[in-house]
Amino acid sequence: MTDVLVVDDLDVTFALHDSEVKAVSDLDFSLAQGETLAVVGESGSGKSQAFLSIMGLLARNGKASGRAMMGDVNLIGLPPNELDRYRGKDIAMIFQDPMTSLNPTLKVKTQLAEVLVRHQGYDNEKANRAVVEMLERVGIPEPVKRANAYPHELSGGMRQRVMIAMALLCRPKILIADEPTTALDVTVQAQMLDLFKTLTHDFGTAMVLITHDLGVVAGIADRMMVMYGGRCVEKGPTDTLFYDPRHPYTLGLLHSTPHVAKRARRLDPIQGLPPSLEHLPRGCAFHPRCAFRFERCFEERPPLLPVEAVREKACWYQGELKYGEVA
Amino acid sequence: MFGYALRRVLTAIPIVLITITVCFFILRLAPGGPFDGERALPPDVMKNLRAHYNLDQPLLTQYLIYLGGVLRGDFGPSMVMEDFSVSRLISIGLPFTLMLGFSAFVVGTIGGMLAGAVAAVNQNKWPDYLLVAIVLVGIIIPNFLMANLVQLFFGVYLHWLPVGGYHPGSLIHLVLPIFILALPHGGRVARLVRGSMIEVLGTNYVRTARSKGLGTRLILARHALKPALLPVVSYLGPGLSYLLTGSLVVEQVFALPGIGKYFITAALNRDYGLVLGTTILYVFIILALNLIVDVLYAWLDPKVRYR
Ligand SMILES: Nc1ncnc2c1ncn2[C@@H]1O[C@H](COP(=O)(O)OP(=O)(O)OP(=O)(O)O)[C@@H](O)[C@H]1O
Ligand code: SF4
Ligand SMILES: [Mg+2]
Repeated sequence: MTDVLVVDDLDVTFALHDSEVKAVSDLDFSLAQGETLAVVGESGSGKSQAFLSIMGLLARNGKASGRAMMGDVNLIGLPPNELDRYRGKDIAMIFQDPMTSLNPTLKVKTQLAEVLVRHQGYDNEKANRAVVEMLERVGIPEPVKRANAYPHELSGGMRQRVMIAMALLCRPKILIADEPTTALDVTVQAQMLDLFKTLTHDFGTAMVLITHDLGVVAGIADRMMVMYGGRCVEKGPTDTLFYDPRHPYTLGLLHSTPHVAKRARRLDPIQGLPPSLEHLPRGCAFHPRCAFRFERCFEERPPLLPVEAVREKACWYQGELKYGEVA
Repeated sequence: MFGYALRRVLTAIPIVLITITVCFFILRLAPGGPFDGERALPPDVMKNLRAHYNLDQPLLTQYLIYLGGVLRGDFGPSMVMEDFSVSRLISIGLPFTLMLGFSAFVVGTIGGMLAGAVAAVNQNKWPDYLLVAIVLVGIIIPNFLMANLVQLFFGVYLHWLPVGGYHPGSLIHLVLPIFILALPHGGRVARLVRGSMIEVLGTNYVRTARSKGLGTRLILARHALKPALLPVVSYLGPGLSYLLTGSLVVEQVFALPGIGKYFITAALNRDYGLVLGTTILYVFIILALNLIVDVLYAWLDPKVRYR
């Protein structure tokens, strides 16, 4: 299986008035063709910024360094006009809020057709036909009518389907979905995940699914990456992380997710608050909230190291993790 | 859309009536009258004059007579410029004033939009600071002062442009007046465009457009411009009315043959008919402009369209 994206040493820094804050540090991961990688972590852990930086969409005060190799091309640091050759064509992104992510002053078909005109060189007529086909494919009833509608005439679920159609128009190699279901009703969420599964499978598209809902991850992701304080703390195949988490933070996340914690005897939120990136704790950033910490955790930051052949974690603790014993 | 426009026209009628009424009575409340000159006129002459212009009738009767005239499209005679009806004076001065006002409007609006967009795209870089500075100067300095300054500089010192005056077809005489009128208008437009453009460039939907690899030019032209212009469009109506009223002063400063000359002299002379006529005309123009702007707004923002 070939890797469609290889990220190496990715840092994202934001300049503040008289200091800077590092939202993502030393991120490494790869994405194989057609696979689904879930990226999980609490709010502010750097999930969105990591992938916005790969898309060249950081805020003005943000700066990325490192490598994000798509084939021979490093997407990090590419000037916008060169990035535009790949964005929307080989790598596409869906955003969290379908209500504000479509342009309110343009018809749906205009916003979709322009992608095909730009990247595939279609004329308008051909592009419009392809748009209607794609709308039908993502399960939008009366696609011709919807293509001629303005976004505000569609429901939230419908708009997210439009976003999905838009992202998949050029059958990209990579699809980044940033909390694509968070803003939607629970019933719609399940439909949407099915849709992702089917379409990425049909198109052979690799997907990054950013979420803080582990319930979503279970049914769809092949692999999983857990982030805390801008760093990856554990990654590996979804099953192994679910049934045998090795990082205390992963364990905590699992026990705070209703869907997943059914097996556990009780549901517990992780104690304490996510750290502020400006004042990250010394040593292991998770130590103030960790039930397994010991002296070493206060002083030295644990590196991300292989645990078994296919998984890695960043934690000094080597014993067995038993939930609730020490907490 | 047509029903909407019709409704707007009908609601304008009471506004016009109220304006006529208020102006009519306020003008009469002001001390002095059209025939109070430096030298008092002989009582007999005065009496004849007052009778001729119905000024000896009760105020209410005068009001009704005037209103009747207006409904027939007759704004009455000028009381100071004998042998001229108000309608005639307006028809002499208005075309020039409108031409001047609209030219300045077009120049200022287009210039302001471009300047605002350039400033927004280069936010917090030197082109932005430069434009913000120019715009501030343009808005803060009142136009009569600015007019005198440019007359001095370009007319008296540099001899590049005429200080004032106009004869039909002479564009060079219009450069400075148009510039003076366009500057504050363009400044306000630029400020609005800059603000709303910066806001729009930070929206999620512009981020979506960037994620599609559309390229800066297409994103600006198709995705950002229309929504960024919304707040500007609602300003254009009032903006053009400021321009037309501002042109009254500028015409005076540059000795131009527009309606401003008559309006200002009329106000100073208590020329009841002429002041009222010009005022009503301006009310008409302003109402019409607002109507046009609202219709334009509905076109730009599909969400308003169906209300
Ligand atoms: N423009 C910016 N300037 C300064 N700091 C920023 C900026 N944008 C993001 N950050 C910082 O980056 C951190 C990580 O943000 P990010 O959006 O990646 O979080 P996330 O993991 O996606 O969380 P959520 O689940 O809430 O979306 C934020 O906590 C914030 O402090
Ligand atoms: S390194 Fe120490 S503090 Fe950090 S997660 Fe592991 S045990 Fe807890
Ligand atoms: Mg996020």
